[in-house]
Amino acid sequence: MLDSALKVFTMGRNLARLLEGLGITLQISLTAVGLSLLLGVPMGLLMASRKPVFPALLRLYLEFIRVMPILVLLFLFYYSLSKFWNINLSAMSVSILVFTLWGAGEMSDLVRGAVTSVSRHQWESGRALGLSEVEVSLFIIIPQAIRRLLPGVINLTTRMVKTTPFVFFINLPDLVKVGQQIVEVAGMRNPLASVWVYGFIFLIYFLICYPISLFSRYLERRWQN
Amino acid sequence: MKRSLLPLLALATLLAATLTADKLWAGDLADLKAAGKIRIAIFGDKPPFGYVDEYGVPQGYDVFLARRIGKDLLGSDEKIEYVLVEAASRIEVLLANKADLVLANFTVTEERAQQVDFAKPYMKVALGVTSPKTAPITKVEQLKGKTLIVTKGTTADFYFTKNHPEIKLLKFDQNTEAFNALVDGRGAGLAHDNTFLFAWVKYDDRFVTGIDFLGSEDTIAPAIKKDRPELLAWLNEEIVKLTKDKFFEEAYKSTLAPAFGPAVDPKTVLIENLN
Repeated sequence: MLDSALKVFTMGRNLARLLEGLGITLQISLTAVGLSLLLGVPMGLLMASRKPVFPALLRLYLEFIRVMPILVLLFLFYYSLSKFWNINLSAMSVSILVFTLWGAGEMSDLVRGAVTSVSRHQWESGRALGLSEVEVSLFIIIPQAIRRLLPGVINLTTRMVKTTPFVFFINLPDLVKVGQQIVEVAGMRNPLASVWVYGFIFLIYFLICYPISLFSRYLERRWQN
Repeated sequence: MKRSLLPLLALATLLAATLTADKLWAGDLADLKAAGKIRIAIFGDKPPFGYVDEYGVPQGYDVFLARRIGKDLLGSDEKIEYVLVEAASRIEVLLANKADLVLANFTVTEERAQQVDFAKPYMKVALGVTSPKTAPITKVEQLKGKTLIVTKGTTADFYFTKNHPEIKLLKFDQNTEAFNALVDGRGAGLAHDNTFLFAWVKYDDRFVTGIDFLGSEDTIAPAIKKDRPELLAWLNEEIVKLTKDKFFEEAYKSTLAPAFGPAVDPKTVLIENLN
């Protein structure tokens, strides 16, 4: 029985198809996480600044992104943009765009939290020594903030990886969707197929997310000394 | 946000649009022929109508017709670009210009016909209710006060919402989830197109389609975006010709018969005379 259930992976190109689905999952999550870091750090620094306009506007953006379900954003950019404004984006562009909008918003709040948690005295001392605002940020605040930022960033990264299956609602066959297609075809004759296929998908997600946690623990330990 | 993000967003959107956007076209017959490609929306996980086989190739009754349309329209079925859709997004893919033609077991209803154009039908269908053999549901009255499982956006969903508010509906986005919910005993029965139920029950003998004909008999037809008169006329002509040539009997034999088994009469799903 076990043997016949495992055949689900050797039938046709099933294993290759799952890996292609994994490729889509990785392409979206890695690109979006990278872009989120790139955009989120400057946004977070602006949010932590004492000038009144930027923090308020960025706060507004963050709250908007936070209350908006990812699915709604995906539909908005995939269907509505095309329907009402004739901007026809591919499913892949929409996925990366939406995950980046979400990730950058969340990332900016993490950066803001980490930066403001560094004592105010550090700022003033730096300024008193004649460093410019940019220099104080770059050489004094950010190096200390990064350490506090790490756990949150890791958490956000794994959350983003795990949220990618939503993209199949805009017709993009990610790892989970390909698994479902395989289960639908093989599952009729082979009821255990779903257990094996979903088990395999679980393992893959674990293999992506666990090393990220390990890496963060390693960094935290190293930076403690 | 306004100053820092909007330009960035605009830039990203513009970049993505220029890189990946399909050229906007009217999508009528002449445009499809000029482009030499047609985007056909099918199901990716609903055997035996539209599914992806173990080699990653689309198969099923709907796909059988899609290939023929590709051949007759553009000379080759390799010019088809398949878009795998969910039941609830079949209208949206047309309105948002993500597909030129939907062949995803799309039942013709008045509400839908206000948003998209249907060509002549290539199949017919009624609703059915599947339930465990140990507690079979053979009449709708038995469902009163009980939970009925449906897939969101399907004909069964609309029918029971409109005509039987006394029955509690448990809705799922996908058939897989809905069927699994029935296996797990989360409802007294599952309502869907009878054709889906025939195929599913054949492989799971713990269940029986106690109600195999419910509601009005509906038809299933190709759907396209409105205002494509030439494409609509071409499709109508094509379906009439294919029906006359017994093409759909051939399609039934090679895709539906293996899944339904000998217990189902082909006449319950095939249309013999088109008027």
